[in-house]
Amino acid sequence: MGVRISVKVNERSHTAEVEPRLLLVHYLRDVLGLTGTHIGCETSLCGACTVLLDGKAVKSCTVLAVQADGADITTIEGLARDGKLHPVQEGFWEEHGLQCGYCTPGMILAGAALLAENPGPSETEIRRAIAGNLCRCTGYQHIVNAIQSAARKLKKSGGRKV
Amino acid sequence: MKRKEDPRLIQGLGHYVDDLSLPGQLYAAILRSPHAHARLRKIDRSAAERAAGVVAVITGEDIRGVLGTIPVAAALPELKVPPHYPLAIDNICYVGEPVAVVVADDRYRARDAVDLIEVDYEPLPAVTDPEKALEKSSPRVHEQFKDNQACLWKIEAGFPDRAFKKADRIVRQRFLNQRLIPVAMEPRGVLASYDPGPELLTVWSSTQIPHLLRTQIAAMLNVPEMRVRVIAPEVGGGFGSKLNVYGEEALVAHLAMKLGRPVKWMETRRENFLATIHGRDQIDDVEVAVKQDGRILALKCRLTADLGAYHQLLTPAIPTLTGLLMLGCYKIPAVKIEYVGVFTNKMATDAYRGAGRPEATYLIERMVDLVALELGKDPAEIRRQNFPKPKDFPYSTPTGVIYDSGNYEATLKKALELAGYKKLREEQKKLWKQGRYLGIGLSTYVEICAMGPSSAMPAGGWESGTVRIEPTGKVTVLTGASPHGQGQETSFAQVVADELGISPDSVIVIHGDTQAVPYGIGTFGSRATAVGGTAMFLAVQKLKDKLKRLAGHLLGVDPKRIEMGEGKLVVKGKPKKSKSFLEVVQAAYVAKTLPPNFEPGLEATTFFEPSNFTFPFGAHVCVVEVDAETGDVHILRYVAVDDCGNVINPLLVDGQVHGGIVQALGQALFEEAVYDENGQLLTGELMDYAIPRAWDVPRIETARTVTPSPVNPMGVKGVGEAGTIAATPAIVNAVVDALRPLGVRDIQMPLKRERLWALLEARGS
Amino acid sequence: MIPASFEYFAPRSLEEALQLLAHHGTEAKLLAGGHSLLPMMKLRLATPRTLIDLGRIRGLSYIREDGGRISIGAMTTHAEVESSELLRRRAPLLPETAAEIGDVQVRNRGTLGGSLAHADPAADYPAALLALDAECVLTSQKGTRTVVAKDFFVDMLTTALQAGEILTEVRFAADSPRTGSAYRKLHHPASGFAIVGVAARLTLDATGKGSAVSVGITGVAPKPYRATGVERGLLGQTLDAKRIAEASAQATRGVEPLSDLQASARYRAAMAAVFTRRALAAALGRAQKQG
Repeated sequence: MGVRISVKVNERSHTAEVEPRLLLVHYLRDVLGLTGTHIGCETSLCGACTVLLDGKAVKSCTVLAVQADGADITTIEGLARDGKLHPVQEGFWEEHGLQCGYCTPGMILAGAALLAENPGPSETEIRRAIAGNLCRCTGYQHIVNAIQSAARKLKKSGGRKV
Repeated sequence: MKRKEDPRLIQGLGHYVDDLSLPGQLYAAILRSPHAHARLRKIDRSAAERAAGVVAVITGEDIRGVLGTIPVAAALPELKVPPHYPLAIDNICYVGEPVAVVVADDRYRARDAVDLIEVDYEPLPAVTDPEKALEKSSPRVHEQFKDNQACLWKIEAGFPDRAFKKADRIVRQRFLNQRLIPVAMEPRGVLASYDPGPELLTVWSSTQIPHLLRTQIAAMLNVPEMRVRVIAPEVGGGFGSKLNVYGEEALVAHLAMKLGRPVKWMETRRENFLATIHGRDQIDDVEVAVKQDGRILALKCRLTADLGAYHQLLTPAIPTLTGLLMLGCYKIPAVKIEYVGVFTNKMATDAYRGAGRPEATYLIERMVDLVALELGKDPAEIRRQNFPKPKDFPYSTPTGVIYDSGNYEATLKKALELAGYKKLREEQKKLWKQGRYLGIGLSTYVEICAMGPSSAMPAGGWESGTVRIEPTGKVTVLTGASPHGQGQETSFAQVVADELGISPDSVIVIHGDTQAVPYGIGTFGSRATAVGGTAMFLAVQKLKDKLKRLAGHLLGVDPKRIEMGEGKLVVKGKPKKSKSFLEVVQAAYVAKTLPPNFEPGLEATTFFEPSNFTFPFGAHVCVVEVDAETGDVHILRYVAVDDCGNVINPLLVDGQVHGGIVQALGQALFEEAVYDENGQLLTGELMDYAIPRAWDVPRIETARTVTPSPVNPMGVKGVGEAGTIAATPAIVNAVVDALRPLGVRDIQMPLKRERLWALLEARGS
Repeated sequence: MIPASFEYFAPRSLEEALQLLAHHGTEAKLLAGGHSLLPMMKLRLATPRTLIDLGRIRGLSYIREDGGRISIGAMTTHAEVESSELLRRRAPLLPETAAEIGDVQVRNRGTLGGSLAHADPAADYPAALLALDAECVLTSQKGTRTVVAKDFFVDMLTTALQAGEILTEVRFAADSPRTGSAYRKLHHPASGFAIVGVAARLTLDATGKGSAVSVGITGVAPKPYRATGVERGLLGQTLDAKRIAEASAQATRGVEPLSDLQASARYRAAMAAVFTRRALAAALGRAQKQG
């Protein structure tokens, strides 16, 4: 009944036997203990569970853990490198891009994925890129500012791979 | 200053309820009624009990006489209070009412077993329209009451009938404030654990009110309160929806005690839509008496509030806040309000961001626009004309509240200037001629916040604050407020650090744990800073006095000559004569060289009881264009000038304003909880119920005026709800204004595209 | 939030998948990107006994052109369609439509085949497929057959797929010269699906007359349809704003529009006309630009 999967999460390899119906988000949270990825709905609309799967932003509540077999996953816990925050994380901190913090990990990963593809997005492009992530606290303005600030930083530093 | 909360939250290191796990933890899943009104005939749980991993299946019969009812704190004369149990006993009154709970060894199996419970319901006729519910022929939500009227509350002052006789004109309108769903991004969740050794029940809950919850859990479970510890960990948004005591909180605690193992329950979004409190749902029939010159003489309102099936903590009290604020920021000398609360077969309404004040502001701000329309005057002019002047403050309203301080004209002037109001009106005329629908909406609001004082609250309107300077000179602040996104870990640290002349990095703010923090009230009603912050501010004053006394003693000078410097205590006028902050702190703990009758240690607690509410105010300007073909509303500009008294952290205030405005935008344009006539919630998922997304929202321009509040020493007022209170009428006023050439005078919220399109089409646009 | 249990297979080849499908019959559901199926399973609106995951099969994800015919593998994601340089150049209608589906995360997982096979009446792709005169390639153990888009969509959530068949490819002709296209959509404020979605493609002859005009409409009726009334009004005509507006009034001719909380049938019909006009006007502008 269990299916064996191997995944790389935040640069670490894991192997596990999982029930096929186990959602990736539950695998990350309940099996690996990476609780920074949140759950806010069951209809793939809120984006709180966003992680990077092979570099692409996906909603981990709408991916089965078995579908992620062999994948390389980055969660919010793996975004800072060598003790240094990712520029999008810094942006959120500096521009007050969060209040309750619940949507924040997903929002940051959506922002990071955007900048990896489009280093100089317009405000409209940013708003489109985070349209799959709902925030009920901030009204989005400071989130947009945070991503813009990160884009400026990345430009200055010559870019960084997610 | 950057927030102290953020490093953990931006790295996924914060702990919300579902992030916590305890050894041996079980999971609860709840079976909820698919019927809006029914009698429970029989529940067969045998198959669920036999299912793999299931530890227990509990129904209403199991808690009869064991668990108390869900409390309502609102006190209104002749309020009908139906018994409200954590699990339904005998009767079901709304879709989503808990019927049974399964406890299993993992969340998947718990969910599976819910499907195996068989319930025999006898469906009863339901009523979902509050006006129909008041008719004699209506089905009764609760059989034991003779009708569905839950309460009746009236205000009358200043001879309104006489004023209406003197009026040149009477303007009437019915306003609907639709039912809303709060949708905090983190649904509710509870984890409970009972430790039989110390006989301690610990409950982690996503709540805004840990101390009140502790008291109520103790009462519902009949456990001594000192044996209950409630912890509000990170809370992923509340907006009032977690300012409550829910059946699940008592139920999960009870299960943990009964089963002797930790139990966790996490609400799904579907459950959150069905069974976490809703907001608004008011019908307001309003009339105002007006003089030809624009003066408003009196206002009358019949307010019908759909309260849903049961009372939650404050359910019937919310519309009374609408009553208190109904005259808005205008000097209207006479008023008559009759509020009828009605039971229907729906989820309870309760405090949702703004709680009663958005409804008040909506109806008065819409009404003032209608008066302007009726008299052919500019809406800004009518407002100016009816504002109380700065010299009128403190201003006592006929509804019985005292506006603490204000300068309404100044905020309006600033907002109009920022928006370029005159130019906008010229632009509008031009576009109207081209068949384009540009609209400009104003909202000048005043709101009531910083809840207390206690005399005006269902219970305690005070707040506690403790400041403890540790022996190493680091500072721990304990606050009874329970912030969940507002950022008080930062702003409170800023205040304490400023007062003590130390770095905010040396200050930590602890909240949300009843075992660590003295009794407190919680975070709601934009009260955390104005009441909780003041408690802390006063506590730190006590410590400053103590530090000065000790420093004076150590330096051999009169303590009155000591002042706080950066990291030191200094003799006034003699900057070289000082003791470092740390030296004085250590002296207080070492306690060998204390002045006579000086208590060792450095900890002070204040329970601050405010003398009045505070009344923030402001002026918002919204500019929209309505797509003449589709009815789509494009918000072109949004200018918000708010006055929340003194500001501690401007970035945090902007964040509150932005978020508040966008929640209002949701109500104005999309959000609407729709029940069908059988009591089924048709908007029961994020698929159907729209909350604003990033691309729905304009860039908001903020500015401020500063009129300090006299009711607390920091002069702060509160800003958590201002945006939500102000913006709904600003947006609706703008859209109605846009369609003025078509003779439109009112449009019901939400301003759905089709609604506007129908108006455009009917008038042959 | 939690799907019911199911048996899971991850075949490595199409043959293996077809075999499994034949064996498990109607008890089995195919899992492509999962963005239609998994939400339904989490709400337990779908409780398949068996799930056959197509994600491990190589060779079902591609976009290629061969002799003016474009073929796209069924497992190609919306994001891949959206960002395909080939499609942007040769059939820009499809990437423009893909960009309007859901949100970034949904587009990164959701697939062309999954979306089409689910046949949500408010999905975006069907409008474009109809306008492109696309063919769907259906593969079973017996072989393959092709069904034109018009016949593929049978009813709400129902397609021409028979038991044992898998949608494996979509094919259509690349744009000929002087062709313009556009997708215009009125989105549902909550779900983002199309209340009305109109895909238009038109080709001009040397004199500026419409030599080919196709309009696909989604969201309006229980199944997506070709607005043939509109097309007839424009074919062979000199195209301008006025004529487009007149023809667009036929957008719901012969169709009974859906009605729901967001849009009544009347409003849907009106919006179908508006968005048809807007899509056609944009398409015309683009065709003329190719001058």
